[in-house]
Amino acid sequence: MSVAWPTRLDEAVDAAAATPGATLLAGGTDLAVEVNAGRRRPVAVVALRRVRELGEVQITPAEVVLGAGMTFSAIAAELAAAVPALAAAARTVGSPQIRNAGTVGGNIATASPAGDTLPVLAALDASVELSSTAGTRTVPLRELITGVKCTAIRPGEVLVRVRVPPARGAQQFLKVGTRNAMVIALASAALVVDEERRTVACGLGSVGPVPVRPVEAEAFIAGEIDWGRLTVPEAAVARFAELVAGAARPITDHRATAEYRRHAVAVLAGRALRRSIDVISA
Amino acid sequence: MSSQPDRMPQQAPSETPGQPSTDVSGRAASGPTGEAPVVVAPYELSVNGVVRRVVGAWVGDSLLNVLRDDLGLLGTKGACEQGECGSCSVLLDGSVVCSCCVLAVDAVGAEVTTVEGLTPPGGLSDIQQALVAAGGVQCGFCTPGFVVAIHDLLSTRPDATELDVREALSGNLCRCTGYGRIIEAVRTVQREREAADG
Repeated sequence: MSVAWPTRLDEAVDAAAATPGATLLAGGTDLAVEVNAGRRRPVAVVALRRVRELGEVQITPAEVVLGAGMTFSAIAAELAAAVPALAAAARTVGSPQIRNAGTVGGNIATASPAGDTLPVLAALDASVELSSTAGTRTVPLRELITGVKCTAIRPGEVLVRVRVPPARGAQQFLKVGTRNAMVIALASAALVVDEERRTVACGLGSVGPVPVRPVEAEAFIAGEIDWGRLTVPEAAVARFAELVAGAARPITDHRATAEYRRHAVAVLAGRALRRSIDVISA
Repeated sequence: MSSQPDRMPQQAPSETPGQPSTDVSGRAASGPTGEAPVVVAPYELSVNGVVRRVVGAWVGDSLLNVLRDDLGLLGTKGACEQGECGSCSVLLDGSVVCSCCVLAVDAVGAEVTTVEGLTPPGGLSDIQQALVAAGGVQCGFCTPGFVVAIHDLLSTRPDATELDVREALSGNLCRCTGYGRIIEAVRTVQREREAADG
């Protein structure tokens, strides 16, 4: 068997186990590029697009659970109210053609430093459910992504669902590139305000091998916000951006310099904060 | 680039500067470790409403390759082979996708619509006619992809604003027209269809 077209999750898991070395295929927008360029040569494929469970989404007050096969188009359309930053990130991916095929599960499994949903999922403290014939386990995203295009997904495991805990407050996703469309982020920032827990979570993309959480900046700004009025002093925003810049670990490559990325990600994080909390000059 | 056979890869993209560019793409070549490419059992694709049998394809063949090289549907163009340019746009179950980024085996059971399927026998669709009239076709290489993307946009959002049109066509690159004439053609089709409906 060189190709399997499962329609149920148990069939997908069995197919992945039955064919060691099989390539698990989601939307194909990352895999096909590698194959077209001759960098990867699949010998067997488990095509996951027809697996019903992978396309399901559940929105409850306790949690939003996305099937790993949800396309970026579906996320942009269906999660704009429930998880606005994730919907915003999905809307910035590639082009309509790519958003109609590419999936959140594929974005996670590819684990590119520039994966647009990854800083958002990091800021949301999302976790990922993996299934194999050995059972099911849930892994926090921060533990799942271990390096540039490296994950802790084991052979034979199918990425099934992404679990997003609730956060009640403003959310932002901002990204810098050379165009609005079809752009790989040079730097990106997600911001998630939780008014109930009185926290600010921030996820930075394209400024490190894995999504970066600037925890010092997060703790600092949470302490500066007047949570009753939802305001923050101007000077605190500047300090927040500085701390974000300090947390970034960018590299220089053919798309941007480390200096530019560090500057840009701080501007994005500060801008995301200004869009979420009223800034007062006092 | 367009003079090369379709299965010859272009220069490997510069995302992985440590790796040499390679010429192992395509079913005739061996893989990075020297093994022979895996030929999949014959399968069927439904293209433009006709069930077509694909024999002898490699498991990693893109839908673009199979449409052009196995099924002889040359309207769909290949250029960047990495989902950046939109010239290979087709509809997969009614959604516009880049056929270079879809493995052909993953289109089994889906309905594939190419530019040939959007062209009336012996004539042009209103979208194609408007592109010609507006000067939106110059070298023409990107045109089939635009026709598919415009068809997708106007079937789902006939009242799209100009901003919607620009966003919907953001994944299709044209190096000749500067896009103004293509946008103008879309607006013309919208006006014509609205007048015909009214």
